[in-house]
This record gives sequence, C-alpha cells and structure tokens, in this order.
Amino acid sequence: MYDQPTASELLGAVAGFLRDEVSPTLTGRLAFHARVAVNVLEMVRRELALGPAAVAGEAERLKALLGADGPLSDLEDALCARIAAGEIDPADPALIDHLWATTLDTLAVDQPNYATYRRAAAVKAAADATDTPA
Amino acid sequence: MSADETFVAALSASVSRRFGPGARVEGLQRLSGGASQELWAFDVETPDGWRELILRRNPGGTVKRENAAGMETEARLIELARATGAPVPEVVHVFAPEEALGSGFLMTRIPGETLARRILRDPEYAEARPRLAWQMGAAAARIHQIDPASAGPLRVSTIESSLDGAYALYRANGGRRPVVEWAFRWLRENRPAREAEPKVVHGDMRTGNIIVGPEGLRAVLDWEVVHLGDPLYDLGWICTPSWRFGEIDRPAGGFGAREELWAGYESVSGQPVDRDRARFWEVMSTLRWGLSCAMMACEFQAGERSVEKAAIGRRASETEIDLLSMLAPPGGRPLV
Repeated sequence: MYDQPTASELLGAVAGFLRDEVSPTLTGRLAFHARVAVNVLEMVRRELALGPAAVAGEAERLKALLGADGPLSDLEDALCARIAAGEIDPADPALIDHLWATTLDTLAVDQPNYATYRRAAAVKAAADATDTPA
Repeated sequence: MSADETFVAALSASVSRRFGPGARVEGLQRLSGGASQELWAFDVETPDGWRELILRRNPGGTVKRENAAGMETEARLIELARATGAPVPEVVHVFAPEEALGSGFLMTRIPGETLARRILRDPEYAEARPRLAWQMGAAAARIHQIDPASAGPLRVSTIESSLDGAYALYRANGGRRPVVEWAFRWLRENRPAREAEPKVVHGDMRTGNIIVGPEGLRAVLDWEVVHLGDPLYDLGWICTPSWRFGEIDRPAGGFGAREELWAGYESVSGQPVDRDRARFWEVMSTLRWGLSCAMMACEFQAGERSVEKAAIGRRASETEIDLLSMLAPPGGRPLV
C-alpha cells in the first residue's frame, strides 16, 4: 500500500528544502517560523520512528500497574483518576518507574536536546546499568 | 487611509499633544516578540531634544487577554515600581480614549539586550551574569514593597486559588497527563500551611522579560499579569527550568544560584526567604508553564493556525521531565 520514499524520507526532504533553500532567503518573523517548521517536521520523523515502541511499552506498563486492560487513553485516564483520588502511593516505585519511562520516551520525540532530558537519560542509563547483573 | 496610516496619524497627534507642537515621530518600527501585545519603537524630536520611546498597546488597540491586568493598570504599576527604586522604564504617556489609539502607553526605551541566549552566553554579558541573580532578587523585593492599598484594583491570587485555577485549566484542556496529576498531588501535600500576606507580584519576572546591559540588570518588563499574591511566586517563576534556557545548573534564570537570588531579595526586604515556600512556588511555576503549553496546543487545535503555537504545545513534556527531576530524581538528589 505504501510506496517509496518512506514517510520519514518525504518529511526529511521537505525539512531539508525549508532549511537549506527557503530559510536563507527569509528574515525576521518568517525566518523564525521557518525554523520552527523544520523542527516540527523533525519531531514528526522522530515520532514515526520511536512512537510505536513507546506506546506499546506504555500500554504494557499501565496494564501491569492497574491490573486492567483496555484502550491506552482509558488506561491513562484510570491512572490519572487513581493518582487524583489518592488510591495509589505517589512514591510507589512502579508508578515512579512508569512516569519516568513514559516521560523519557516522550522527550526523545519532542525535544531530545532539552538539557534536563539529556541529563536524566544519562543518569537513568547509568542507574539501569548498575541494576542489571553483568 | 489604511489601518496603518490611521495609526501613524493618531500617534503623531498624540506625540504633539504630549511633547508640544512640532514634535515628530521618526523611525517607527514594529518590534517582534510580545505575541499578546503590540510593541513599537520610535524616536521623537522635541523642543528639548530627542526622546527614544516604546509604545505598548493591546493588539489593534482593543483586545485584552484573560488574566491581563490591562494597559492602564500596567502603566500605573510600572510607575509605582519606579517609585520604590525597582529598575523599570519611565511611563511618559498613557493614551486617552479620544486619541483613538486604544489601550496603551508610551515609555522610555532602555537600551540593552532582551534575548535570553545572548544574555546567558555572549561574552559581552560575562560581567553582568554573576550579578543578575542578586539584582533580580533585589528588584523583586522592591516591587513587593509597593503598597497594595495604593495599587488600585488588581486580581488577587492565593495558594488556594492558584491550585484550584491551575487544576481547572488542566482539566479544561483535556487532562490525561499522569505526571501533572502526580505533581498536583505533591503540591497539595506540600503547600505552605499559611497563605502569605498579599503583595504586588509582577507575575512574569524572568529571563526574556528583562533588559540587561554589560554591567547588569537595567529593567524589568512585561507587566501584563501583575496581580496581588504570594511574593515568593516571583522568585519561583524566575527559577522555572524552562526559563534557564539550557543553563540548568544556574537555577536563577540561567545566570545564578537560588541562594544569590534570595540574598538579593533579603538585602532589600530585611526578611528571610522561606526556603520551603520558595520551592513550592518553583514546582508550581514549572507545572503552570506546562499548562500554558498545553493550552497553546488546545488553541491550535481549536483553529488558531500558528506553527509556533503548535510547536509550543509539544513543550508541555519538558516541564514534566523537569517536575520528575525535581521531585523523584533517580538517586534522590534533584537533577535541576
């Protein structure tokens, strides 16, 4: 059903066109918005590449955490409701692990260069390495 | 006449009324930035010499955003802040209705840098940076010295109303963000036991809303959301990780330590800054900026076709990793 080039390659071509050919001809507000547009296209490419695994991981964790099944949005709503109602300990390690894993996956798509993300990802990777037996 | 020509004619009339017949508007240009307000720069030749000015008004002269104090209030509070010694521009004229310029005012144009990345990284500001945290603290304390009774009608905010308002905004924009829900829980469990005595709070005091010169802080701008509330709101907002612009190890605005900010504040107020209350407001500020990003996503989806707004919508997640890094860091020591 889908032909070549891939969706990601198509977005890459548009981003490159905007960045390399259109942007140099612009100034001021238009130049700024062109830069934002390139960033948005790159974000969509990252979501295409990383999104499916992130969503699957989130759903698995939520099923285990809640002991329930259903569409992802329902599971997220259920978790929010349990946190709000005080039915889950905010310090519960499984909850904290889930919030961290989901947030790290989100930042890898939204803003992989955000300073807090870069630091947190490095700290988590180091912590996970010491947890895992060699 | 086009809308632009009408505006220029009205401004010229206003300027000759304020500075005397013969005063002329020169070099009028619209400044970028200020998405919710119009900003213009221009010069006026007066009998006493040249004046460099800024015009600030609601878009098209009329639209006022929710939570905005209003132009006349902004102008009044800037002047009250100036009387306390806070670094602010001088308001030289507030538009009267018959001037047909809408709601707005003229103020002196203070030279210097507003772009955060330049302030935080350019060699030109190397000597300013180590002073800024202390100076911002001192400036906040001066603003908080304004007598609330003299400030005229202002929106009043408390810890209680901030929490309730923020939660209502979160729900109205779709909810379903577990980290936000979890952070609200932390805020409710760690809220200061007592409400503070309400002070005049700037509300948006941060890197990006200040003018800096090579010697340090020159002016605090953007008084759009000035209100009465807990004074430590301003100190928390300055430390919001997003307003550190990548310099996450300098919590105060990307230029300094929290302790320097507090020391500057205490040097003016004479009162110790309650560290726990300051932390509460820093967490609250981080959460609130995330809610603002989520609101932009909703406004975009409701039909405001701005690529910038769409992109900022996706910045909500940066505040979530900041909240986790503050409140549940691996190893126990906050990462930001």
